[in-house]
This record gives sequence, C-alpha cells and structure tokens, in this order.
Amino acid sequence: MNTMTATAELIRESQSTTWTSVCEASDLIPDTGVCALVNKQQIAIFYSGRLNEYFAIGNYDPVGEANVLSRGILGSIGDHVVVASPLYKQHFNLRTGECLEKPEHAVPTYAVRIYDGRVQVHA
Amino acid sequence: MKQRIIVVGNGMVGHKFIDGLLNSNAAADYEIVTFSEEPRLAYDRVKLSYYFAGSTVQDLMLTSETEYQARGVHYTLNDKVVSIDTASNQVTTASGRTESYDKLVLATGSYPFVPPVPGKDQPHCLVYRTIEDLEAITASASVSKVGVVVGGGLLGLEAANALKNLGLQTHVVEFAPRLMAVQLDEGGGQLLRRKIEALGVNVHTEKNTKEIVAGETCRYRMNFADGSFLETDLILFSAGIRPQDELARQCGLAVGERGGIVINNSCQTSVDNVYAIGECALWDNRIFGLVAPGYQMAKVAVAHITGGTDQFTGADMSTKLKLLGVDVASIGDAQGRTPGSQSYVFSDGVAEVYKRLIVSADGKKLLGAVLVGDVEAYGTLQQICVNHMDLPDAPEQLILPAVEGGGVTMGVDALPDTAQICSCYDVTKGAICCSVQNGVTTLSGLKDATKASTGCGGCAALVKQVMDSELVKLGVEVSNNICEHFAHTRQELADIVRVKKIRTFDELLDQHGKGLGCEICKPAVASILASYWNEYVLKPEHMGLQDTNDIFLGNMQKDGTYSIVPRIAGGEITPDKLIVLGEVAKEFNLYTKITGGQRIDLFGAQLHQLPTIWKKLIDAGFETGHAYGKSVRTVKSCVGSTWCRYGVLDSVGMAIAIENRYKGLRAPHKLKFAVSGCTRECAEAQSKDIGVIATENGWNLYVCGNGGMRPRHADLFATGLDDDTLIKYIDRVLMFYIRTADRLQRTSVWLENLEGGLAYLKKVVIEDKLGIAQDLEDEMTSNIANYQCEWKTTIEDPQKLKRFSHFINSAARDDNLAYVIERDQPRPATSEERALKIPLIELVEN
Ligand code: SRM
Ligand SMILES: Cc1cc2nc3c(=O)[nH]c(=O)nc-3n(C[C@H](O)[C@H](O)[C@H](O)COP(=O)(O)OP(=O)(O)OC[C@H]3O[C@@H](n4cnc5c(N)ncnc54)[C@H](O)[C@@H]3O)c2cc1C
Ligand code: SF4
Ligand code: FES
Repeated sequence: MNTMTATAELIRESQSTTWTSVCEASDLIPDTGVCALVNKQQIAIFYSGRLNEYFAIGNYDPVGEANVLSRGILGSIGDHVVVASPLYKQHFNLRTGECLEKPEHAVPTYAVRIYDGRVQVHA
Repeated sequence: MKQRIIVVGNGMVGHKFIDGLLNSNAAADYEIVTFSEEPRLAYDRVKLSYYFAGSTVQDLMLTSETEYQARGVHYTLNDKVVSIDTASNQVTTASGRTESYDKLVLATGSYPFVPPVPGKDQPHCLVYRTIEDLEAITASASVSKVGVVVGGGLLGLEAANALKNLGLQTHVVEFAPRLMAVQLDEGGGQLLRRKIEALGVNVHTEKNTKEIVAGETCRYRMNFADGSFLETDLILFSAGIRPQDELARQCGLAVGERGGIVINNSCQTSVDNVYAIGECALWDNRIFGLVAPGYQMAKVAVAHITGGTDQFTGADMSTKLKLLGVDVASIGDAQGRTPGSQSYVFSDGVAEVYKRLIVSADGKKLLGAVLVGDVEAYGTLQQICVNHMDLPDAPEQLILPAVEGGGVTMGVDALPDTAQICSCYDVTKGAICCSVQNGVTTLSGLKDATKASTGCGGCAALVKQVMDSELVKLGVEVSNNICEHFAHTRQELADIVRVKKIRTFDELLDQHGKGLGCEICKPAVASILASYWNEYVLKPEHMGLQDTNDIFLGNMQKDGTYSIVPRIAGGEITPDKLIVLGEVAKEFNLYTKITGGQRIDLFGAQLHQLPTIWKKLIDAGFETGHAYGKSVRTVKSCVGSTWCRYGVLDSVGMAIAIENRYKGLRAPHKLKFAVSGCTRECAEAQSKDIGVIATENGWNLYVCGNGGMRPRHADLFATGLDDDTLIKYIDRVLMFYIRTADRLQRTSVWLENLEGGLAYLKKVVIEDKLGIAQDLEDEMTSNIANYQCEWKTTIEDPQKLKRFSHFINSAARDDNLAYVIERDQPRPATSEERALKIPLIELVEN
C-alpha cells in the first residue's frame, strides 16, 4: 500500500462519525435490496446471504432514468457481484458501481456496515 | 434474343420450374410466360386441408402476383390453354389468345377421378383438389349432417378427416377390401381401419356404388352393388387421380395406355421442345402422385433447358402421414411383391401398433416397410431402403419396441453424404452438414439456410438428428443451459426440483449450480418452485428470486411506479365493482384504461399506496389479476348463448370457470385463454394459449396460439368435448407444458419445438402414451388447492407491508416522479417536459 491511498483511507475513517443508521439488519431480507434516504440521496442497500456481505450504491438507474435499482435482482456475472436493473436489466457492479453493458454509465458506491444490529451507510 | 418459355399450369410443380429457372445462372436468357386455369397463382396443395383448420389462402400461397411481376414473369390467371400447335410452336387459350414459344412446359397436374356412377353430377357431389373445391365443401357441409367419402386411399382419408372436423357424421366407402390399398398391406390396413372407426368414422369396404338417388332421411341414398345402401347429404369423390393429359392428346404427343404424358429421363415428351413435369407426366410407365418427384422433374427440366445434365431416374414413393390422427407410413415395396422377399411383422393389438419389414431373399437389404400407429422408425428405415444400406444382424430390432437402453438403431452417422434427407426440397445429408459447419446451430436456422423440412415436414426429426450429430462431431456443445450458473436446461432443472423435492433456490444452487445466480435463473427457478409447490411467492427464501413485479405484485412502469390489475374473470363485472374501481382510481389519481385482455388497469401507484389500494379492492371482492406474473392472465370471453342470438353454449360461464380454476398457476411464461360461444369466434380464442370454441356438439379445444410478437394460430386439438373432458385435457396440456417448456417459452414456441409436435402432444394428453396423465392431473389438483390471492396474504402481514414504501427510513416520496395531464388523466412527464419545467401536477397525498 503506498502513502497516497493510506492517507485516503485515513480521511474516510476520520469521517466515519457520519455513518447514518437506516434500518435494522433484520429488515434486509437476504438477497434483496431496500432504498434509504441519506443526505437527500437515494441509496440502494443490498444484503447477499450467500456472501454474507452488504453493498450500497446509488438508487438512480441512469439508463432507465428512474429511482429503482434497490428493486433489482442480486446475482453474479463471472466474478462480479451485480444487481440487474428491474427496468431494462443492465447489470451494475455492486463493488464499483460500473454498468457492465454500458460502461459509460456508472452509479456511486457507498460504504455500508452493520453496527449494533443496525445497517449504517456512509454518504 | 431471349428464349420464350411457356409453362402451362401454375400449380406446385409449374411454379417450382419457374422458380428454378429464375434462380439459375442463365435466367437472363429466358422470357417466361405461364397460364393458370385457376383464379390464382400456385399454392400449397399438399397443405390444402389446413384451409379447414384455419389457414387462409394467403397462408397457402407459394408465390404472389407482386413477386411474379417483380421477377418479370408474365402470367395469366383464369385462362385455360385449349390447344397446342407443335408445328408452329404456338398455344391458344380459351379466351382466344395465341402465344408462341421456343420451349413448352406442360405442368397441368391431375384431376380427381369420379367413377361414372349415375347421379354423380348432382349438387353436393363434390371433389377435393382446389381451394374452390374446399369452399364448396364448406358451404355444403353447413347444410348437411352426414357426409360420405368415396375412396379409402390417402386423399380419401384426408378428406374424411375434413368432413369430420366440419362436424359431419362421416363415412368412408371403399371399393377394395381394405383402406389405403396402394400403400399398406393387409395387416396395416386392418389396424388402420380399427383405429379410424374408433374415432367415429364409419368404414365400408368392398362397396361398389351403383347409383345415387334421392334419400329418405338424408338428401341422397347411395345404392351399392351388393344391395346395401347408405343415406347421406354430401358425397365427396376421392377415388384416385388421373393425369391431366387432354392437351397432349389433342396435339398428338405420346400418352400412356392409361393416360399420362410420356417423358424421357430429361422430362422431354415425344416432341423435343415440349416438356412435361409433375403429376401429368408418365415416366417408365409410372405416374408420381406426390409432390417431391414433381419437384425433381422440375429441376431436371430446368437443367436440360439451361444445358445441365441432371436426369430423372425415378423417385422414392415412401410416405409418412397422419390420417385422422393415426400415424401411417409406407416405404418401398410395402406389399412384399418382390420375388423371394421375406418379412418381419410386429403387431401389438393392445397398443394398436403394426409394423412390417420386407427384406430381400438373403435378408441383407430392406425392400420396404409398413408402419401403423407408431412411425418413429420411418426416417431410419426409409434411408436404409433408398440407400440400399446393409441391414443390421437382427433387423427385427428395428421395429421392436425400444427396451431399456434402446434397441438397435441405425444412427444417422451410417448414412452416406449423398443420402437425401428432405425429399421435398432435395436436401442431402451432406448439405445439412455443410450448413452446420458454416455455423448454423438451430433447426430454424437450418430451415432458412437449406429449406429442409419446410415442405411436408415429414423429415423434421431426421433433419434434427443429422444436425445434432454433426454438431457433436464438430465438438460444438449443444448448450441449452439456462445461464452461467447452471449447466442445465429449464426442463432439467424442473425435473431435478420435482424428483429431488427441492424447495429453495439455495438448495438447488448448492447441489447443482455455481456463483450467486442472476436475473435469469432466479425467476426461472422461482417459477418452477411455484409450479410444483405453489408456496407463497414472498416467503423470505423466495423473495430475492422474484422480479420486482412479483415482489410488489404489480408491473413496474417506466418511472418506477406500479400498475394495478384486479382479476375480472371472463371479463364479467358488476356495476358495483365497476364503481369501486372508479372510486379507487379517482381517490389515488390513477390513470385508468381498459386493457386488451378485457379488464381494467390502474396505472401510476406508488409503492406506499399499493397496500391501501389493494385493501380497498379486496374488501370490495376483488382478487389479484396476476398481471405481473408468468402465470395465467385473462380468459377472454364473448357474451355467448345467454345473450347472443347465435351463441350455442355459455361461453362466459365456461370462461369464468376456467379462469377461476387456473388463476395463480405459475408457468414458464404467461398464459392467455379465451372462450367463444360459437364459430364466429368473437373472443379470438384461436390466438390464445388455450382457446375454446362452442359447437353444437360440445367444445372444440385449440392449443398453443399466440398473439404478440410472432402471432401463431392455435391448433385444433380435440372436438366435441363435454365440460369435464375439456377441463381434463386443459389440465394435462398445461401441466405437460409446465414440466417440459423452456424458460420464457410461450406455448406456441414450445409446441413448435416439441419433438413429434401436435401429434405427440395429443398422444400424451388424449391417449396417455407416457402413462403420466394421472400425475399431470394430480399435480394440477394440488396446485389449485394451494391457490391464494397474494395480495390478500400480503396485506394481512405487517412484516410484509414494511417493504411497501419507497424508503426504508423515511416516509418521503420519490421526488423524481412528475406528471402532466392529458385527456383528463395523469401520465408520466417526458424528459423534455421535465427540462422545460412545464407545470407538472401535484402528487395526491393519501
Ligand atoms: C395492459 C396491457 C395493454 C393494454 O393497455 O391493453 C398490456 C401491457 C403489458 N404487456 Fe401485453 N398487455 C396487454 C395485453 C396483451 C395482449 C392482448 C391479450 O392478452 O389479449 C397481448 C397479445 C396476446 C398474447 O400475449 O399472445 C400482449 C402481448 C405482450 C407481450 C408479447 C408476448 C409474446 O408472446 O410475444 C409482452 C412481452 C412479454 O410478455 O415478454 C407483453 C408485456 C406487457 C407488459 C407486461 C410489459 C411490461 O413488462 O411492462 C405491459 C405491462 C402491463 C402493466 O403494466 O399492467 N404483452 N399483451 C394489456 C393487459 C391485458 C390484461 O388485462 O392482462
Ligand atoms: C388434398 C391433397 C393432399 C395432398 N397431400 C400430399 C402430400 O401429403 N404429399 C405429397 O407429396 N403430395 C400430396 N398431394 C399431391 C400434390 O398436391 C401433387 O402431387 C402436386 O400438387 C402436383 O403438382 P402439379 O403442379 O403437378 O399439379 P397441380 O398442383 O395440380 O397443378 C396443375 C395446375 O395446372 C392447371 N391446369 C391444368 N390444365 C391446364 C390448362 N390446360 N391450362 C392452364 N392451366 C391448367 C390446374 O388448374 C392446376 O392449377 C396432395 C394433393 C391433394 C389434393
Ligand atoms: S362468438 Fe358467437 S356467441 Fe359469442 S358473441 Fe360472437 S356470435 Fe355471439
Ligand atoms: S421431406 Fe417434405 S419437408 Fe422435407
């Protein structure tokens, strides 16, 4: 790890006081998503039961032009963990936000964690 | 200077000749003129009977006037050539036109032979050859109750089927002691007769009609030479064909003793620049009453005219057909007339199967075969026969029922490359393999590339075998895998789920898949699980598998809102319920529309509104309409006998019964049904997955129709059914579809891909060939018993209701929604309207 990224990590950590709790962990049914409103941003949060991992990305589907990504189906394409937009089925990489079919589109990604039984996002 | 070619007769073979000449390299050297006695250009006479099953003239046409015009063919319809002058090379037509030719091609076909029986020329005494004949038969049948077909040959039985489908009490009268005397041996003919009689067609053999006189109970009475008689309203003569050689006789061309224009191996008649092809031609003292040999002659004539060397050297007259629903095939020397020949016979009286192999004296070569009731071996046997291949050591294995592990089958690999697989289009094994090598991997692709199997269709199974075997040889994995997560087809997954009693996606993925799954396999497996176990689709373990439409029990619209479609079974709705719909729509400001499926759709509901709206609807007696699911949608009905002056049965009642029976049934794709009260068909049942049409004799059942992107006419499946049998058949067809279809495969495509097609489906459903009918019915019964209105279950569960809000942590609305009013109702604003910020309407708060 070089110094630059180490610094970046540090900064993110220091802002982690702004983690926002959005719901109970038990509200997230495995392999589905919910949408949270944090700082006026719509954030889609997913829980993969098989990976036991949480993901958070922007809820706005830039291809379908609607706030719907939290309602897509979770899955994998090769090694990528993805959500398929419920409108026109493009896949968005949950770790990077990139649209697999249309790389010119990407959605923001956010840090997410379980804290004290609650789902928290950092946005 | 172009050579002038006149083609007399624009039937199947005449057209084939013209098409072939135009496609040849030398096409530019010829000017083509053709005359047709019929009022239209060539149509598919082989498929003529489809006209009764709903095909239109348009469907049957092999070409069109526009096409001929575009390709520069001069044609004259409705004008018969009445004389030929071979000295001055001219023809004259009935309208008095005279035209000169360099080469003349006679493709005048044949005409139905009507025995010279006194009384044969009365009205309602008809033949079966042209579209006009069929129109006359339909007209006559509508004022008749009983019909007789004279002639128990191939065409006669096809005609009998037509009469039966037209609702007539049908008889077949045959002069010979058995049916299909030309193609079948004694045993085969007898079994065919038994089977046909079981279908309600009366067969009278060894009857020689003496005269047709006025009847007592019917329009006519046919008196037979043996003193017996038969009363009937309609008589259809189908006692064989005679070559149409009138012109040839008139101008002095050589004709055979029993008719037919004599031709040589180049298809030339006794005058060098006059050719004869098709059913009018006599080669080696034989007439060929099938289309494939005619096509070969057309090809040879084109070759000879343009300087090629092709020769006509006879044709294989093997046939495989379905007569009145009975499979029949005849190959080579079916009667065993070759001196010294021996035969193997397999006959199963219980299963009603008869098979006979005729082999050479030394037992090494196959000379012919007869198959009745089970014609699966046809492709293999026909190829062994025409290619003079050596028989395997125990040839009887070829006709014995397959035992565990399969009997001896001569694989297609044994065939030489020159073996003709499709005789209609003269496609060889080599040509098919070549296409496959060039990248074709599907049957439809192969049809496009080679035309194989686009004629009579008899070669389809063999074509597929050749293709698959070649694909395997090329190392192409014939992958029908559903997606990257499962190395299985949907059908295989369905079997696994059923046999291993798997109840969750995770179990299936653990045991048979990899990765996390995706939006393809998850909903597909959800649908399979639902088809077999019919559990509540929103149980936590199933929730993540569903499309958003299924999770929120509505169809997502372009702006992320949902639509609301309550079930309105059969399209029948009370005024009170209509009022409730109106009130709800008004209260929530929903765009309202009558759908194409006879119900009402309310659009633009936001997630948080869905439960409240549905609560109101359920309280008023509505249920979910499953407009979001791959499941039964609507059963369209017409008003039927209760109100309509033409209706013969209660179509609304039946539609409602069917809709209520199958509502909620999950399937590989959506299912749409309809019930019409009479043949006027106001409910458009023939465009549905399951279509039911009332007749005087009961319900007619149609299956596997489709509207949508690729419309398909439904196939007539069974006629004159009572209520219980109708439901029983629908249960079985639907469950069989659910068991065997691919994901997102409508019934139409499923049937087209089902090996054995409609005939096979009938065997499974009507004759219970696989012995699974009871299982299918039981599965349906248990599925129906588990029905629940998903919306009712949902609004009763507070935990479930939590999901119905745009945000998990806020009661705010999605601020991206914007509407404009058009024709007094809201609709989503377009991007331009949003950019212009034109006044958008306020969202109503509830
Ligand atoms: C609402 C309606 C149009 C209307 O305003 O009339 C409609 C609307 C939709 N149709 Fe349809 N179809 C509607 C009748 C039809 C019909 C006519 C009929 O059923 O009599 C057809 C042709 C008949 C057929 O299916 O054979 C039809 C052929 C399709 C197809 C093409 C299917 C095919 O096999 O080619 C699709 C796409 C698909 O299913 O993959 C489709 C898909 C859709 C979807 C679900 C598209 C989507 O995913 O958003 C539409 C959403 C419905 C909604 O939001 O509620 N819709 N659609 C009709 C609802 C009928 C109902 O009461 O349930
Ligand atoms: C109901 C039915 C089912 C059949 N099923 C099968 C099957 O399953 N398999 C199979 O291989 N074959 C089948 N056949 C036979 C097949 O249709 C014929 O072999 C084929 O049509 C022969 O083609 P053709 O061009 O020789 O004759 P046709 O198709 O009969 O064409 C001859 C045309 O010439 C016209 N004509 C005749 N004289 C003149 C004249 N002087 N001037 C102008 N025009 C003239 C006629 O009106 C006609 O239009 C069936 C036939 C029928 C009727
Ligand atoms: S199909 Fe028949 S019964 Fe139904 S409305 Fe039309 S004419 Fe009347
Ligand atoms: S043999 Fe008739 S279509 Fe191939």
